[in-house]
Amino acid sequence: MEYFLQQVVNGLQLGFVYALIALGYTMVYGIIRLINFAHGDVFMIGAYLGYFGIAYFHLPFPIALAFAMFGCGLCGIIIERLAYRPLRRAPRIAALITAIGVSLFLEYFTSLKFIFGPDYLAYPRPFTVTTYQIGGVSFSTIQIIVFSVSILLLVLLTYTIQNTKIGMAMRAVSFDKETASLMGINVDYVISLTFGMGSALAAAGGVLYGIAYPQINPFMGIMPGLKAFVAAVLGGIGNIPGALVGAIIMGLVETMSSAFVSSTLRDAIAFSVLIIVLLFKPTGIMGKMGTEKV
Amino acid sequence: MIRILCISLILVLGISCGPQENVIKVGLVAPLTGDVKTFGESTKNAFTMAVDEVNAQGGINGKQIKAYITDDKNDPTEAANAGSKLINQDGAKFIIGSVASKCSIPLSLVCQAAGAVMISSASTNPRVTVNDDGSRKSNIFRACFIDPFQGSVAAKFALDHLKVKTAAILYDVGNDYVKGLAEFFMADFVKGGGKIVGYESYTKDDTDFSALLTKIKEANPEMLFVPDYYNKVALIAKQARQFGIKSVMMGGDGWDSPEMLKIAGDAIVGSYFTNHYSSDDPRPEVQDWVQKYEKTYGNRPDALATLAYDATLLMIEALKRAQSEEPMKVRDALQQIRDFKCVSGSISFDEFGNPIKSAVILQYTKTGQAYVATVTP
Repeated sequence: MEYFLQQVVNGLQLGFVYALIALGYTMVYGIIRLINFAHGDVFMIGAYLGYFGIAYFHLPFPIALAFAMFGCGLCGIIIERLAYRPLRRAPRIAALITAIGVSLFLEYFTSLKFIFGPDYLAYPRPFTVTTYQIGGVSFSTIQIIVFSVSILLLVLLTYTIQNTKIGMAMRAVSFDKETASLMGINVDYVISLTFGMGSALAAAGGVLYGIAYPQINPFMGIMPGLKAFVAAVLGGIGNIPGALVGAIIMGLVETMSSAFVSSTLRDAIAFSVLIIVLLFKPTGIMGKMGTEKV
Repeated sequence: MIRILCISLILVLGISCGPQENVIKVGLVAPLTGDVKTFGESTKNAFTMAVDEVNAQGGINGKQIKAYITDDKNDPTEAANAGSKLINQDGAKFIIGSVASKCSIPLSLVCQAAGAVMISSASTNPRVTVNDDGSRKSNIFRACFIDPFQGSVAAKFALDHLKVKTAAILYDVGNDYVKGLAEFFMADFVKGGGKIVGYESYTKDDTDFSALLTKIKEANPEMLFVPDYYNKVALIAKQARQFGIKSVMMGGDGWDSPEMLKIAGDAIVGSYFTNHYSSDDPRPEVQDWVQKYEKTYGNRPDALATLAYDATLLMIEALKRAQSEEPMKVRDALQQIRDFKCVSGSISFDEFGNPIKSAVILQYTKTGQAYVATVTP
């Protein structure tokens, strides 16, 4: 039983990190129907910004986190402005291919010696790690930080989307872009801001990931990005609570299959769950059936 | 753009139409960047040093060596591409490399098919020099021992010296070297009366080992065998200690890197690994080499540097003995080398192109590596 609970804690830790990335995928898809494949690499940039904040500028952890989120948010806005906005009226496939291009660009450009360099770096931990035992289940400082930061950010995001003016504008744009602009909403501004928020969340994910699994490199975003994308699809892409649910299911399924079945079959089981869910509910767990607009 | 193309075309043609250069071309394939970059750096340093020394002494039979150095990024596809480029574009028929077995195996296929002679400096998986059906790749050699030997040395050391009876193994299922070494260790450990209580795999991109480590903690092994490269080992070691796993850790020659202590810190202190040589070995060959290398590069040579130096010396010796640049003649000269004095021991090749030599066991301490024992085959 304790073993099971310990694995649940492990799974939740992984799930929350996936959730922070999956939210960016789902927010961007919700608003402009674009699968932003460069999102995993924005996550990587966030991890690096946090690394520089901690290792070079010696910022305290919360400020380093804020620095990474702000820098990455800016980065997301710039990517949207340069790569996706010119394609707003182009066919969706063009934007999708551009996203893959941006992803490769970020990976290989940051691998250059004068940017981040191609080497693996050990992530510094700006606090001492202690382990607490509660009824046979051990929690480390790291897990507590991962849980509290992600829950705080999720609450903030939900509040922003549901209770603020800009959140209302976002929901309006995602519902119907043309009508929203007729109602006096600056659609480009809202889309920029959505990219910025999604990227800032990914940056937080990157910093937490770096702290939990202390090693970073320019290609670190590929796998978590892919898993988070799967999580977003599993939960119903475009649906914000869905991304959270999907990510936590992904984290738990991965951990539980390693723990009780076989570590070699882990990814096979995780992706089979996706296939099975989509067979019965093609729009994902919390996705709504919508008529395709022509 | 077109102008640049024209200029480069002229340059390329100019070079290839020039007079035949009186040099012997030797290529190096090594992971200069990526997850095992210290392996590549050491390999390159030692290779350059060996080439410079020979050139300073007048070269091979009057000809200077021209070195071509390429990066495989520790990626099997890149290794094969690098090999093709060296052989077809640069015209180098004598290849040193690569480091990781997963890269040397595809590289060996390229070299064998193109009729080039290859010596891998540090790839320990048996399949580097033999095909899957057990037949020899005739042009391929190596300068290091192989994993069945390394695995049995580690297993024997664990059972006889550390007196452990249970072990858990964590391995990368997609890496020929790691998987091979894990299997060889397991076979010998079980044969010697030990018990494997956990045998768990992960993949190259994994960073979260919490599920596996929680499982291993339940099994409570006396030893944790992690035969991966230093970067992954550091990550696993840190997480293992964080989960309160106190088992002694052990691994293979992939642990040997000056980065290991920097990135793993206290988590790795007290752990053992098998290696090709120790810089504390009092033999004069070793001490001369350590001194020479330290003077040039400012740090003590690790096993990767030593093996690359030995591999380059072997190639040079074969070129000298063959009195020819015909790859097949050089290949035959290499196969006939007997008791050639190298830094890591005296080398004779067996029928599969593998040298027969001893292994050492080292331990990570707070300040570096300490010599523990030497095991001869």
